Formats: sequence, C-alpha cells, structure tokens
Amino acid sequence: MHFKLFMVFFRVGILGFGGGPASIPLVKVEVVDKYRWMTNEDFQDVLAIANVLPGPIITKIAGYIGYQLKGWPGIINALVAIILPTAILMTVLLTLFSEFKDLAWVQGMSAGVVPVVLVMLAVLTAEFMQTAKKAATWKFLIPFTLGMMIILEVLNIHPAIVIGIIIVFSLLQKSGKKAGVS
Amino acid sequence: MIYLEIFLAFLIPGILGYGGGPSSIPLVEREVVGTYEWMTTAEFAEVLALGNALPGPILTKMGAYIGYEAGGVFGSIVAISASVLPSLLLMIFLAGVLYKMKGTNKFTTLTLLIRPVIAILLGVIVVDFLFSSLEVSGTFHTVFLIILSFILLQVVKIHPALVIVIGLVYGAVFIR
Repeated sequence: MHFKLFMVFFRVGILGFGGGPASIPLVKVEVVDKYRWMTNEDFQDVLAIANVLPGPIITKIAGYIGYQLKGWPGIINALVAIILPTAILMTVLLTLFSEFKDLAWVQGMSAGVVPVVLVMLAVLTAEFMQTAKKAATWKFLIPFTLGMMIILEVLNIHPAIVIGIIIVFSLLQKSGKKAGVS
Repeated sequence: MIYLEIFLAFLIPGILGYGGGPSSIPLVEREVVGTYEWMTTAEFAEVLALGNALPGPILTKMGAYIGYEAGGVFGSIVAISASVLPSLLLMIFLAGVLYKMKGTNKFTTLTLLIRPVIAILLGVIVVDFLFSSLEVSGTFHTVFLIILSFILLQVVKIHPALVIVIGLVYGAVFIR
C-alpha cells in the first residue's frame, strides 16, 4: 500500500503542470477511478474542505489521503512523493543551468500542456455540478450557482467569506434526517 | 537565526494564501524580496519562470530552491514544511470534525451548498487557463489541443498521464 501511495502522488507531482490546483484532476483519476480508495462524493468533500482552508491545496489533499490510508507515516509518504521529485529537479536545474527555461522547446512544452489541463479541470468542474444535482433540483441549483457566481466574480467577495457563511448557515440548520434546502 | 527567518518567510504566505499554492506566490515575493532581501525582484522572476515551466506544486518548488539558497538543504526542508504543514494539520483536524457529522442534514446542506461554489472556483481556473493559452499558443493550437484532449480523455478514455505527455510533445514540436 505504501508503494502504491507513493507512486500515485509521485505521478501526480511530475505530471502536474500548471501548479498544484491543476493537478487535482490527476489525483481524482488515481484515487477514485483507478484504486477506488474513496468514492467520487468523498473525494469532492475532501476537495471542498481543502478549499475552505488557506494554504496550498494539493499538498493538503495528498497529506489527507495519505493519513486516511496509512496514518501519520502515510502523510509523510504522500508529501515526500508529491513534493520531493520536482523540488529536487527545480533546485538542480537552477543551480546547474539557469538558461534552461529560455529554450524554445521547453516553453513550447509548458504551453502545449495548458489546454490539456484545462479540459481535465473543466471535466472536474462538470462532475461537481452533477453531484450537486443528485441532491438538489436544477430549479434550486441554477439560480443558486448564478447567484454565487455574481457574489464571487462580479462583487469580488472573498471565497473564504462565502464558504464561511455557508458553513455557519449549514450548522445552524435544525437537526434531523431530511435536508432543508433540497 | 536564518532558519527561523526561512520558517516565517514561508509560514505567513502558507497561512494567508487562499485558493492554493499559486495564490501564495506574491506573498512569498514580499517576504523573500522585500522583508529578507535574499534575492532581487528580477532573480525572483527568473526562479518563478522556471518553476512555472516545471511540473509539480509551485509553492513547494519555490520553497525548495529559495530555502536552499538561503540556508542549504536544511533551509529547503524548513521552507517546505513551513508552507505545507500548518494548513495540512488544520485540514486533518477539520475533516475529522466534519466526518463525525456525516449523514446528518447539516452535513448534507453543507456539501450541497458548497459544491457549486467549488465548481465556480475551479471554473475560474479553467477560464484563466483558456485566456493564457490563447495568448501564448494562439487560437489554432489552443482549440485543436482542447478538442484533441477532450476526445482522448472523455471519448477514447486513455489515461490522463498519456494525454499530458501528448500535450508536452505537441508543444515542444509545434508551439515555439
């Protein structure tokens, strides 16, 4: 298990072009689709919690999944796997040849991967809406999402505040089996 | 006490950055260039440019190199730990609390309302990537690669790692 865990986050690290958030779809493919360590709903919950908190997201997700599978050693394993290879690569490249990044084909590579990552992120975005659709009707979901879009992107309210309000609102719900909103 | 300085220089961006590692980068610059003067703005821009060209989380890559420059291998470890561990420990604690609520209607309401918000935050990255790609690679390459990778990922369903490699090779050969 430790070996698999290491390989999953090693792959995510060395294939994740465009920073941590861009590698989230890779984690989903490995952890949900390939190894079935968690359901898609569970993964989305983990991603939601990671988004609520400040700080780098992909290391939070890696560390948390490592913790779920193998406790504290799992955290260290997952973190080392996702951080160390590219950290060493970065330090070595910069110390040895700093002109590396000016090479045309290197720039071409990083440009060519952006549309690929874009599609993967778009698919992940669509999956979030599909899961939300399971718990609510479009009649609620479409106006709610549009409203949130205006609050976040037009009024530029900080996501931490929006999510904070949602958390407080949810915790103030009356206890019971049936969800009040759906 | 250089290690304490490295620790603080990466702890603060790690705690204040919201929306993942990339959003912490300007905060790192303020500490590294402004407060501690370990490098100039131009040097920082160099390091960031290479960091963006390489795979993997950006904040830890920056931490590894800047920590190494300022305090050797141990400086590197201090910088990475300071940027990653506080939010991770908080995450494990919070997830523990939330999972105890699982199945209650509070939890159902929370996840229902939060999913569209996360979808929007992810959607924003998608739009950012679209505009950056249109600018860097041009309309033809961008549209072609989007259609190609959509077909490979969603219709043919080959492993994303392969599609990424295809994107890298395509970029190295055709976009320069």
